[in-house]
Amino acid sequence: MVEMMSGAAMVVRALKDVGVKHVFGYPGGAVLDIYDALFAQDDVEHVLVRHEQAAAHMADGYARSTGKTGTVLVTSGPGATNTLTGIATAYMDSIPMVILSGQVASSLIGEDAFQETDMVGCSRPIVKHSFLVKRAVDIPEAIAKAYYIANTGRPGPVVVDLPKDIVNVAEEHPYVFPTEISLRSYNPTLKGHNKQIKKAVSVLLEAKRPVIYVGGGAIAAEAQEELLELAETLQAPVTTTLMGLGVFPGTHKQAIGMLGMHGTFEANKTMHNADCILALGARFDDRVTNNVEKFCPHATIIHVDIDPASISKTVNAHVPVVGSVDKVIKQLMTHLDKIDSKKQQEKLADWWQQVEQWRERKCLSYQTSDTLIKPQQVIEALYKHTNGDAFVSSDVGQHQMFAALYYAFDKPRRWINSGGLGTMGFGLPAAMGVQFAHPGSTSVVVTGDGSIQMNIQELSTCLQYNLPIKIISLNNRALGMVRQWQDMIYKGRHSHSYMESMPDFVKLAEAYGHVGIRVDHPSELDDAMTRCFAEKERLVFMDINIDQSEHVYPMQIKFGAMDDMRLSKTERT
Amino acid sequence: MRRIISVLMENAPGALSRIVGVFSQRGYNVDSLCVAPTEDQSLSRLTIVTHGDDRVIEQITKQMNKLIDVLKVVDLTEGTHIEREMMLIKVATRNEQERTEVMRNVDIFRAQVLDVDLTNYTIEVTGTTDKLDAFATLMKQTSDIIESSRTGVCGLARGEKALRP
Repeated sequence: MVEMMSGAAMVVRALKDVGVKHVFGYPGGAVLDIYDALFAQDDVEHVLVRHEQAAAHMADGYARSTGKTGTVLVTSGPGATNTLTGIATAYMDSIPMVILSGQVASSLIGEDAFQETDMVGCSRPIVKHSFLVKRAVDIPEAIAKAYYIANTGRPGPVVVDLPKDIVNVAEEHPYVFPTEISLRSYNPTLKGHNKQIKKAVSVLLEAKRPVIYVGGGAIAAEAQEELLELAETLQAPVTTTLMGLGVFPGTHKQAIGMLGMHGTFEANKTMHNADCILALGARFDDRVTNNVEKFCPHATIIHVDIDPASISKTVNAHVPVVGSVDKVIKQLMTHLDKIDSKKQQEKLADWWQQVEQWRERKCLSYQTSDTLIKPQQVIEALYKHTNGDAFVSSDVGQHQMFAALYYAFDKPRRWINSGGLGTMGFGLPAAMGVQFAHPGSTSVVVTGDGSIQMNIQELSTCLQYNLPIKIISLNNRALGMVRQWQDMIYKGRHSHSYMESMPDFVKLAEAYGHVGIRVDHPSELDDAMTRCFAEKERLVFMDINIDQSEHVYPMQIKFGAMDDMRLSKTERT
Repeated sequence: MRRIISVLMENAPGALSRIVGVFSQRGYNVDSLCVAPTEDQSLSRLTIVTHGDDRVIEQITKQMNKLIDVLKVVDLTEGTHIEREMMLIKVATRNEQERTEVMRNVDIFRAQVLDVDLTNYTIEVTGTTDKLDAFATLMKQTSDIIESSRTGVCGLARGEKALRP
């Protein structure tokens, strides 16, 4: 017997049927029917945010920390457009997300009606796909397809635009949820082509100076175990992108850290001198390669990616392999499992000796001070106080790089940051999404005085839902990364990169009902961290005054090769 | 280099704008575009003439293949192919001399006069882009072009090769 229900009830029911537990959203005229349907049930929990952009980032943090698709529900017009930055953030980092946006009634579309926006049009360049649903009976299928598309192949955000008349609570229609989803035009390739696998194996076996370069695609494919086995078999050094941190244990002896613009000396040196690069779910982003013309001149490049369009887009791959990272590694291992790791170690002894020399440079060392707190030491203290096992969400800027470099992530899905789009204001809402997905775990935000103010209103949401997030704000009274570039490239002309009217963050946290702690002196840092993490039930905002003049190093030199780097204010390679 | 790319896609709302979007978003060129449903009404076939080096064309092909609405993409210029374009062109025929000259060229180009008025002829001409360009140039020299409209190129691969779902 087919159940009859309203379009609004179908939306909520379809969410339940695809397994959604949390929806992040904000009500408004076009979605009042859907909100009415949400009121009548307990299967799907709705989280009321304070700004729709934050709803998208929460769904994003939820998705990054679990691998499950995040869900956003917003009204038409401004509700929908406010999510665009969040959608673009998810799109750039291939994060599965479904955005349900209200739309004006079908009869009003195109008439510049109140709160009308062409959401499908506005979001087109930043979504994997979108649906404008035209009939109530199509709702279950559209929602089922949206979730299927969002979280298969290369994941990404999908918009489902729902005109008000089709979700009308006063009309009932038959609810039929599809038992199977098939799209004739969409069949992602998961297994690598055998011929390419064999080519890759022969390159890997011949390599004398191999390196494994891993990105976010390995996390999306949940390939951490396969990767560890492959790396230990090949005995090759492993570098991870900003998006890949944690998929290979950061404390493993073969880990040489992050690569790229602010990568470690050893990672960038290893890449530049390698004779074979095995790229797994990474996309040779411009923040990795530096000048592509000078990129890794000695290397034969094997590029494994689920998205064919990512292969040979910026850097030409000698052995392209289209497929999911986990499956391709398994295929590679069927040919590599006979390798004796002892012999492999001997074979790569010279290479490792070289890598260890680069490591000896200790590029992350820094000068401490008796009077000023260094940002690096804050991250080291955070690592210590969380046993290196927290979920760390970050905003964008210097603090993001310090966190990426000084917090060694041993597990995937622990490091949550906007890598591709670089969205300030991402950190706090992302950490909230993480906390909803992992109640009882430690969800930390590493942020700065600039970024935190871009979504600070969500402190109110944190109180409403009792989220005991720990905010570690590196306060340097400036937009640190902008300032760093101005120091380096614009002769220290700090055009609009400092703020003279900083709020009292401790009072601000208290005004929102949370705990605020100010730390001004290096000697106070350890105790303050202890106090912070002792507060199990409450949100703590740590306003840490750090040295304003500190720069992030290493830093690649523009237009140079991967290993052309500044190592401090006075040293370069 | 000039390329003709054929795309088989869902005949669904929004599909065309997604394809055009890829071009504007990624800075690719569109020289002409021609689209219509196929014999299977659920599908549309789109032909884009573009230009770029091998790397750009490879990216265009891949980016279009990535769209959920797209079933298949083929670069017709990779193999032997047939291409045609149609132009409707209205030219001034104010006197006997212009009328005769226009008619002579219509015959030579195997074009057809579709509509006749006291002061102008409307002509249909079909062929490759080159042929249409040549005809238009000639019309400009012998008479005045009042207006013209071209379909853009459509094409098929020669022989047994076919773009099918």
